[in-house]
Amino acid sequence: MEVINTDVAIVGAGGAGLRAAIALAEADPKLRIALISKVYPMRSHTCAAEGGAAGVIKSDDSMDLHFSDTVGGGDWLCDQDVVEYFIHEAPKELLQLEHWGCPWSREPDGSVAVRPFGGMKIKRTWFAADKSGFHILHTLFQTSLKFPSIQRFDEYYAADLLVDEGRCQGLTAIEIRSGQMRHFQAKAVIIAAGGASRMFPFTTNGAIKTGDGMALAYRAGAPLKDMEFVQYHPTGLPNTGILLTEGCRGEGGILLNKDGRRYLQDYGMGPETPVGQPVLKTMELGPRDRLSQAFWHEQKKGNTVSTQWGDCVLLDMRHLGEKKINERLPFVRDLSSSYLGVDPVKDPVPIRPVVHYMMGGIHTDINAATPLAGLFAAGECACVSINGANRLGSNSLTELLVFGRRAALSAISYIQAESRSSNDAILATQAQDSESRIKALFEKGKGSETISGLRKEMMDTMEENVGIYRVGEELAKACEKIGELRQRYANIEVHDKSSVYNTDLLQALELGSMLDCAEAVTVGALARTESRGAHQRLDFTERDDQSFLKHSLTYYHPKDAPRVDYLDVVITKSQPGVRDYSGGKK
Amino acid sequence: MSERQIQLEVLRYDPDTDSEPRFQSYTVPCKNEWVVLDALNYVKENLDTTLSYRWSCHMAVCGSCGMMVNGEPKLSCKAFIREYSDNIRVEPLANFPIERDLVTVVEDFIAKLASVKPYLIPKEDKPISAGEFKQTPAELMTYKQYTLCINCMLCYAACPQYALVPEFIGPAAIALAHRYNQDSRDGGRDERQEVIASHEGVWECSFVGACSEVCPKHVDPAGALQQVKVASTIDWYKEHLMPWVKK
Repeated sequence: MEVINTDVAIVGAGGAGLRAAIALAEADPKLRIALISKVYPMRSHTCAAEGGAAGVIKSDDSMDLHFSDTVGGGDWLCDQDVVEYFIHEAPKELLQLEHWGCPWSREPDGSVAVRPFGGMKIKRTWFAADKSGFHILHTLFQTSLKFPSIQRFDEYYAADLLVDEGRCQGLTAIEIRSGQMRHFQAKAVIIAAGGASRMFPFTTNGAIKTGDGMALAYRAGAPLKDMEFVQYHPTGLPNTGILLTEGCRGEGGILLNKDGRRYLQDYGMGPETPVGQPVLKTMELGPRDRLSQAFWHEQKKGNTVSTQWGDCVLLDMRHLGEKKINERLPFVRDLSSSYLGVDPVKDPVPIRPVVHYMMGGIHTDINAATPLAGLFAAGECACVSINGANRLGSNSLTELLVFGRRAALSAISYIQAESRSSNDAILATQAQDSESRIKALFEKGKGSETISGLRKEMMDTMEENVGIYRVGEELAKACEKIGELRQRYANIEVHDKSSVYNTDLLQALELGSMLDCAEAVTVGALARTESRGAHQRLDFTERDDQSFLKHSLTYYHPKDAPRVDYLDVVITKSQPGVRDYSGGKK
Repeated sequence: MSERQIQLEVLRYDPDTDSEPRFQSYTVPCKNEWVVLDALNYVKENLDTTLSYRWSCHMAVCGSCGMMVNGEPKLSCKAFIREYSDNIRVEPLANFPIERDLVTVVEDFIAKLASVKPYLIPKEDKPISAGEFKQTPAELMTYKQYTLCINCMLCYAACPQYALVPEFIGPAAIALAHRYNQDSRDGGRDERQEVIASHEGVWECSFVGACSEVCPKHVDPAGALQQVKVASTIDWYKEHLMPWVKK
């Protein structure tokens, strides 16, 4: 097997992976960097983020406000020391992107413009119209081309981490074009491979978001943290799950039920604010978890609009006018018109909550380091605990910049701290074992299960039992079912026997990743007998700080359900309190 | 919900077993709102797991799923079945080698993109602590359109010149160079000119305009090419007729 020697291997070339690669290249041009991704970098799902990135820049804003918005928004499950670090780094990172050419939208005087976003007390979301993630990703990708030391391995699927003497020392990856396995021997590995929301059938996430990075780390012994916290974005197109950015509401869009009532006022987010004059941190600018939960209640009450794609509420942007919609929300207009046939300039758009983001992920500390020496993680695949139980919109684009860079700097410190020798024979054997595992999956015949069949059962299980509101009985059923699917996974068959660009094999591997991640979600959700942020239990309706002001940690087991452990949340200055989105009025 | 049965004729090619490409036909029951990509996914999930193609976002922004649909370059995630007859033919993007089925080899495009130095070469050094470069909305508008390219390569598949002269740097890469040249923060035009004003650069373009017609993001690479040609001509005149005037 071909061995590729490198200093730092990065798995994933989206926002976090590219930011890490650039930070490494800038810090030391002699470092050998292998940037490994199953897709070309600009295909990464960062490109689909629309609304923007949060960072304190304007004189009316303050670090304290960004801190309290984030910690309260996360229902006090954020590590406050990490949030403190994050908010201070945020403006620097966004300015760095500006210096790299990101086409941020501007004020008339030429300074960077900011827009309102949900759960934020002050306008602090930097945006590039409604394609912010797209522009961030392309700016990073294009900037990365300046650095010859960043060696890209586009369309390589990372298969297994190599761990010896308690240290991560590289990985195996399949060159998709040839089907050949490669052994990347690395002094440190950074995982930046994105989320796992494709385990749900109705999601804003692209096909590539299958939790491969999370599963890589998890199987190698690093725990997944807070996986039970899954974010539903309140405004997805009902037929495709395509996201309509929170910027729609930031710019003044309102949510209506079937009677034309702005129903959010009935769920602790009122009183009603004047149409077209959005007030921060209340009504339509409440946090995502609360908005999605309000939809669920409206549906139960029969207040939703019935459509051929299921129950919806209406996102009305007509009062913004064509000019503003074209200037601030051109992509939203295009998406809604093309895919749903509704032009937001002329009609209210039917929408419903859609799975969007995993708050949980690979457990890292404030330095983006996992408990496994030599392994770092950043972006959606990681859980560095700035998002807690509910991420605020526009914190995640900033997160992948801040912690992509942090992971790179930590990896360099780790490499420089001491010189470590590697046992090449043991690593080579591990790489061979990895190849054998894939080969066995590839060659096995007479499978009784299909990939698409198991995938559908997984998705249906998650949708039916692990949604916006959860109940113990259903979660137990989901745990059992996902466990069963993991067993049955042994009986799948890859029908495509070609070595070239074999997407049947890739889908089999991706399904394996999703099942492992899904089990962590369900087991974590069953064990958390409280309601907090995006994790709402109908049988445990209150937040329980006594027992659960804690992160869950799930540890992989190859056959059985994962072991669950807990870790105290870091509180520095904000004690758990009431999340108030009433606009300051009683 | 209305359904319609279509015949999806898909180019298949596996270099492991096929000496040349062939077509395979699938009968697909389509919903009215489906795009060609949905039909391909139906095939992959229900009829034939061996079919290979690239896709991810299903919202026309990741640029993965470009292919020829009835002979025209399209994003398959935005090619609505309702706009086609009951027979739809799907092939890999023209002008690129086929790797497998609908998957093309795209290294040439990626190399060309990198060759034009598509990154900001700042006019002035400025530390991060000094804040942002000011840029008015009007200055932003001079190049904004050219930032919208999703690298889907439809313009290369449509370009008659790229088909004839593979060395041609091509529409998307030149539009991207133009994007940075036009950016008020940038001072790198001279460096980029070496590549894009060369023989393989803008002068290869015969201005058919097919690139702009097929662009799903209305980037108008043909317009960028024209502007680069005009600017390069002015450079030439300045250099040869008015050597005392600095560029």
